[in-house]
Amino acid sequence: MDQFVQQLLNGLFLGAIYALIALGYTMVYGVLRFINFAHGDVFMLGAFGGLYVHKALAPLLNALPWPLALAVVMLASMAICAALGIAIEYFAYRPLRNRPRLNVLITAIGVSLFIEYTGQLVFGATQQPFPAIIPRQNISGLGGLTVTMTQVIVVVVTTALLIGLRYIVMRTRLGLAMRALSLNPTAAALMGVNTSVVISFTFGLGSALAAAGGILYASLYPSVDPFMGIQPGIKAFVAAVLGGIGNIPGAALGGMIIGVVETLVTGYSQKLGIPSGYKEGVAFIILILILLFKPSGLLGKVEREKV
Amino acid sequence: MQLLLKYRTQAFLLLALLVSFVVSQASDNIDGYVLQIMLVAGINIILAVSLNLVNGHTGQFSLGHAGFMGVGAYMSAAVSVEMGPSILGLLGGPSTLSHGVTFVIALLVGGLCAAVCGWMVGVPSLRLRGDYLAIVTLGFNEIIRVVFQNTSSSGPFGGALGMRGIPDYSTFFWVFGIAAICIYVVASMVNSTYGRGFLAVRDDEVASESMGVNTVRYKVVAFVLGAFFAGLAGGLYAHLFGAIDPKGFGFLKSVDIIIMVILGGMGSTLGVVVAAIGLTTLNEQLRDAEKFRMIVFSILLIVMMIVRPQGLLPVTFEKKRRKSA
Amino acid sequence: MSSVLELNDVSIQFGGLRAVGGLTFSIQPGELVGLIGPNGAGKTTVFNLITGVYQPTSGSIKFGGVSVPGHKPHQITKLGIARTFQNIRLFSSLSVFDNVRTAKMMHLRHGIAHSLFRGPAFLDEEAMIENEVFDLLDIFDLGKEASTPCKSLCYGDQRRLEIVRALATKPKLLLLDEPAAGMNPTEKEELMHLIQFIKDKFQISVLLVEHDMKVVMGICQRIAVLEYGVKIAEGTPAEIQNNPKVIAAYLGTEDGKGPLDA
Ligand SMILES: Nc1ncnc2c1ncn2[C@@H]1O[C@H](COP(=O)(O)OP(=O)(O)OP(=O)(O)O)[C@@H](O)[C@H]1O
Ligand SMILES: [Mg+2]
Repeated sequence: MDQFVQQLLNGLFLGAIYALIALGYTMVYGVLRFINFAHGDVFMLGAFGGLYVHKALAPLLNALPWPLALAVVMLASMAICAALGIAIEYFAYRPLRNRPRLNVLITAIGVSLFIEYTGQLVFGATQQPFPAIIPRQNISGLGGLTVTMTQVIVVVVTTALLIGLRYIVMRTRLGLAMRALSLNPTAAALMGVNTSVVISFTFGLGSALAAAGGILYASLYPSVDPFMGIQPGIKAFVAAVLGGIGNIPGAALGGMIIGVVETLVTGYSQKLGIPSGYKEGVAFIILILILLFKPSGLLGKVEREKV
Repeated sequence: MQLLLKYRTQAFLLLALLVSFVVSQASDNIDGYVLQIMLVAGINIILAVSLNLVNGHTGQFSLGHAGFMGVGAYMSAAVSVEMGPSILGLLGGPSTLSHGVTFVIALLVGGLCAAVCGWMVGVPSLRLRGDYLAIVTLGFNEIIRVVFQNTSSSGPFGGALGMRGIPDYSTFFWVFGIAAICIYVVASMVNSTYGRGFLAVRDDEVASESMGVNTVRYKVVAFVLGAFFAGLAGGLYAHLFGAIDPKGFGFLKSVDIIIMVILGGMGSTLGVVVAAIGLTTLNEQLRDAEKFRMIVFSILLIVMMIVRPQGLLPVTFEKKRRKSA
Repeated sequence: MSSVLELNDVSIQFGGLRAVGGLTFSIQPGELVGLIGPNGAGKTTVFNLITGVYQPTSGSIKFGGVSVPGHKPHQITKLGIARTFQNIRLFSSLSVFDNVRTAKMMHLRHGIAHSLFRGPAFLDEEAMIENEVFDLLDIFDLGKEASTPCKSLCYGDQRRLEIVRALATKPKLLLLDEPAAGMNPTEKEELMHLIQFIKDKFQISVLLVEHDMKVVMGICQRIAVLEYGVKIAEGTPAEIQNNPKVIAAYLGTEDGKGPLDA
């Protein structure tokens, strides 16, 4: 029983990170109706951003108390990735506005490969250790459960970011414009919404969240490499679809579910008789099942083509 | 002469087969390295033309072609490695004929297994569109790879290490003969009243149905036929290099084939053939600069989509004029 | 004589919206019937129900005695119903010739195997189809445009091509969804003649959805009026023009000047 609760907890911590990435997929889908295939790679860049910022500012950061150091690293990397996300949209996707969605998907695949292989050239192909910005210690006094400081921080940061995001989307003018755009782009444009600004903003926001996810992930599994974004990216995408793509609470919920399912399946794979090597296929199997049986996801709404 | 004109399509196919046979006989005179590149180009032509049937003509964007290729490669290799000796024995020992028969059986088994997988992917595709379909086919590709990767390392498929010691049956004749057949099948099918249905499905499914076109049937046919040829290409690949492993049939290989189709122009068979040859050559040039290869290809993909999404050689319209009167 | 098409108490619900409610009406052989109603009344939805794009929530639709719901749209086309679309849906990458040729697919005696083998039977059939398509195109003056990409036709020609394409399926019933939309008065005049010509030449029934009252009143033998998915009137053009319910329905949406005065 204890073991089960422990696995459940671990799943929620992982799921929180997936949720952060899934939000980026879902927001971009909401306003542009396309799958930003390169989003997982922005997540990777976020982790590397954290690594390099930490390296560059090491003397300064070591003098600070660690929560402050973490905040500096995180905000810096989020800012860098937000800028990158906006640049990617500007150079690769914007010229394709109003072209078939598939063309944009193909471009996104190109962007994804470009980031990964350029990353390999710049960062090197091997794994690098990620610094322990968050002290690696266990929290005591939880009965038989083990919870690390990193895991606590994951939950705190994710919750804070989700509340912040909710505020932005529901309470600010840009958030209102985002929602208008996702409901009806033409009407939004006619009502004076500056579509380009909103789209840039959405990419920036999504990329910043992915960067935060990247740093948290790299703190949880302390190493980084140029291809580290692929698997979490796919899982987060599945989470977004599971929650109902385009739906922000759905993405958060989907992320949690995928995190828990993955952790439980991995934890019990031997008892279930599944070779652990099949792990990489599981996300896709879930994806295919959702798309076949409930394509609108848990919280999304059905879109029917009008003839 | 009249007859030749009437049946010119078939005549071209025969000619192509004949030429491949003659070149094959003389292939000892071709430099080994050059020959190998030519054969790889031939295999890529099969892959690109068959993917073009699915992606270009029928408009069902598949990102999983390498998965079908992998199934064909593994299955055909298993046949010629595991059953090859007994087939050779039945036919009275090794000879050109018995090797040929073994190879044909191996290729067909590979192609048919791939076709069955194509059917399994094609059926869910009926309920999905556009980018979701693309992601799901990518998922199938990964699942196929993961399955081969997790086979027992002592079993016939060799797990992550893959298979080696596959007989080198893929000669110029087989590769280019099958490439010619593949081009013939796709081109002649699309250039018929029946085959225009693929294009109609691509352009507008609702309108197609209203014209009496069974869109479901067309999509499944495209997937099955496309997968069959990808399976043959996989078989040729396995019997060209003699060794295969699951990584060679992953997402990146699918992207390689996609780039050929996009560069050549979706729906343009000639364009795709040219692109397959061109990219194979480029790939060879970049072999020494492996680090840059994917960077170059990804930039190519992005620039093509922005600048010339219809491909370098777009489809042209066939001139139709009333014959009589 | 028995009806070609019979709708009995047909309803369809989209979530909370009842787009068509309890619709009953029929079309006789050789009849030209109009279906009118304000925007969003459910006219296109009726077409989609008849052609199997949507399934009715309740009620029955019978075509020549065969129950339509449960059939796939392509099967219904084979039964003999053809349609055009409110927003032109030609096959945009195909030529004019090929757009019409797609209709011939379902009549093919030879399928995929023949298109690969390309034997004498195949070539004969292709030649025959080519002739049929040209015959049809020539009737509508589109023969010289056969190799033109359909996208480059002018708007009116695109609408006509859609009608030709529908006729190529050899229907018994033709459904036209706002064929006059976007046409100028001369083109509309021509269209009216064209529709009557089609009805007589091919001996088919026509169901016409159209907002232009001059066209509808000018050629329809009988008119049904929908409002909010419900049939509020049915009768000859003269009866409809003077029906108070119809006038109210239109006045409710128009700015005082009734479209029925057209
Ligand atoms: N697939 C669908 N899902 C939800 N609602 C639909 C769907 N198709 C039609 N409707 C709704 O049904 C109602 C009737 O629409 P329909 O297109 O049939 O009207 P119409 O009479 O053809 O109008 P118009 O003259 O503007 O073409 C509208 O309110 C429309 O929004
Ligand atoms: Mg309508």
